[in-house]
Amino acid sequence: MFLIPDPVGRFFHRMASPPHFYALTEKLMPWLMAIFLILLACGLYGGLYLAPPDYQQGDSYRIIYIHVPSAWMSLFIYIVMAIAGAIGLIWRIKLAEIVAISSASVGASFTFIALVTGSLWGKPMWGTWWVWDARLTSELILLFLYLGVIGLYNAIDDKRTASKAVAILALVGVVNIPIIHYSVEWWNTLHQGPTVTKMDKPSIHVSMLVPLLLMALAFKFYYVIAMLQRAKLELLQRERTSNWVKKMIEEQK
Amino acid sequence: MSLQEFFAMGGYAFYVWTSYGLCFLVLLANIVLPILQRKQFLRQLALKQKRQQP
Repeated sequence: MFLIPDPVGRFFHRMASPPHFYALTEKLMPWLMAIFLILLACGLYGGLYLAPPDYQQGDSYRIIYIHVPSAWMSLFIYIVMAIAGAIGLIWRIKLAEIVAISSASVGASFTFIALVTGSLWGKPMWGTWWVWDARLTSELILLFLYLGVIGLYNAIDDKRTASKAVAILALVGVVNIPIIHYSVEWWNTLHQGPTVTKMDKPSIHVSMLVPLLLMALAFKFYYVIAMLQRAKLELLQRERTSNWVKKMIEEQK
Repeated sequence: MSLQEFFAMGGYAFYVWTSYGLCFLVLLANIVLPILQRKQFLRQLALKQKRQQP
């Protein structure tokens, strides 16, 4: 412990204290909301209005501005959930457990959005709503993993035990993440290859890339907002008999 | 570009607008539902606390 400077240690200790966390989220929320809405407005304006139609796909490609950021978020949130779960498992930090389970519903939503918008994009472009190819199937498995995490958590009454079980399930499921990411390279699939993450030269024009990155950033902020809302509810339910919750309710009256 | 052209999305209006509509519906629900649930939970707790006090 003496390797960590005292103020830093104190900061983390305070952050991990439920009443402090609860108060901090209330203070941060308007700022997070404002940044999210500004990014979203800029991203949508750039993507739906300013960006030109695609030379092959016409205007149907505009689904990309929600499809790709959602798919990125579905992977990103899963990794956050697994790491938070591991921290909760190892150090028994209550807030890490809460962040893990609160991420699950947001992650499941983004996975669902990625699948449905992909389907709505696939119909006019590929001529089919769905194919059992590597990318689509592995993303569907991701949705089942998220739903499994949520179901398992709700099935166990003692929430500390539930968090342990959920963390183990989430960690096992991490195997699926590189499979999803590399599926378009490892297998011959109908899904198109990466256009943005090609490091040498992204094969997407800057007028299309900028709104895409704005939307991706907006979704990152959205995740923090939605996760914190869920976390506050979870925290209250777990801490309902503690003094800080009782005091807060008394002050409300 | 006219407003009509914008909403027509080059003939892909159904696919584009269904995607965006569904996306924002799901995202909105993810924020609104936990807030409503929390408010309800706090109300229940307050009621319980009131009953316990004389």
